[in-house]
Amino acid sequence: MKTRSLVSIDDLTTGEIMKILKLAAEFEKDPVQEILHGKVVATLFFEPSTRTRLSFESAVSKLGGKIIGFTDSSTSSVSKGETLNDTIRTVNNYVDMIIMRHPIEGSARYASEISTVPVINAGDGANQHPTQTLLDLYSILKTQGSLDNLNICMVGDLKYGRTVHSLLMAMSRWHTSFNFVAPDELKMPDEYKLYLDNLGLKYNETADLQDVINQADIIYMTRVQKERFSDPIEYEKVKNAYVLHDHMLSGTNPGMKILHPLPRVNEINPDVDSNTKAYYFEQALNGVYTRQAIICTLLGLK
Amino acid sequence: MKNLTDPKQLLVSAIESGTVIDHIPASTLFKVIKILGLDRIRNQITFGTNLDSKTDGKKAIIKIAGKFFEDDDINRIALVAPNAKLNIIRDYQVIEKRVVAVPDTITAIAKCMNPKCITNFEKVTTRFRVVSKKPVALKCHYCEKITDQERMEII
Repeated sequence: MKTRSLVSIDDLTTGEIMKILKLAAEFEKDPVQEILHGKVVATLFFEPSTRTRLSFESAVSKLGGKIIGFTDSSTSSVSKGETLNDTIRTVNNYVDMIIMRHPIEGSARYASEISTVPVINAGDGANQHPTQTLLDLYSILKTQGSLDNLNICMVGDLKYGRTVHSLLMAMSRWHTSFNFVAPDELKMPDEYKLYLDNLGLKYNETADLQDVINQADIIYMTRVQKERFSDPIEYEKVKNAYVLHDHMLSGTNPGMKILHPLPRVNEINPDVDSNTKAYYFEQALNGVYTRQAIICTLLGLK
Repeated sequence: MKNLTDPKQLLVSAIESGTVIDHIPASTLFKVIKILGLDRIRNQITFGTNLDSKTDGKKAIIKIAGKFFEDDDINRIALVAPNAKLNIIRDYQVIEKRVVAVPDTITAIAKCMNPKCITNFEKVTTRFRVVSKKPVALKCHYCEKITDQERMEII
């Protein structure tokens, strides 16, 4: 693959995704490699995201690269009114790759068109976060042995959740069937259901997790945020319906795993953590290997 | 120059050679002028607007002397004048009639309806993929959100 950017999961062919996941498995076996020796990577976080930034910085560090950047635009020249155009044109003189998170949608695509070095989108508003999707795919592949014909149960905020939308689009390449478990106010938007309809993929919607939990190969939990509800009474009514407890897992598939993009608040009870089906912390570790694979692939170094 | 006595013919005079764009909605005439850059060329241009039309209510018509359009250029007006018809004139004769078609991509014409899109923050040329032609729906190249006909604004 030639040197290029990763802005949206749709930028990658299925073959390219599988190649990245295979490379991630190699990094899992042998994570410390001096592939980025002498290279400098910028992490430009125009809005804070500690978890994503640390994961990327860990990935670059394990590869022997150096990191420069900022963690919050209030401490950079952006606060003086510099345009994104000027920031990118300046920074790409200093580095071999730019990893950026920005609150404005489409900012990463725009940056990738200006930049002379590859850009990785680490989240552009509510739009795309492709490295999260790839690490989710890696976690699913690793725990299930294959991506084909799985049942994925998505739980919580399916309306605004960027990660579930990207994962749905990506997994639809492998004949996935879906269960969507959400309160009325946070149901999966029609455009995604239409997308599955057009592909002839099966999905089912319910407000009760217990109905469908035993079918799942993967449960993908998300946070139901209070601020998403127009009526706080509605939130109080549903908030406990989307909390996973250990006792709910007794009839689930033996190989089932629970994923969560983190941070978790209260949607997974801590009593689940010791269950072998809990996988969210390993998922976060997989993020480092997956990002190592993405960085090397985009730089044409592997 | 026949039918000089026909009052309709007197409103906008005939051209010897060039392009006549007919069946433009009167309300979008000036958008068509802007999209085609007619305000910046030196050709002789005559136009009429608020003309009665059997099919379009009030329509507008533009006659541009000595100007011929490529399909890619003329299709840019499809968003604002989907029923426009072109008559190509040589020696006062219509030698060809054309209709406009919505192109597959739209560049620098429409505004993205997403207030959080980068194109509404910085000087970025808007780009869309046409995901539906009737009614028109555009998918932003940057924020990937859909702008539909109802919310479409021409820059």
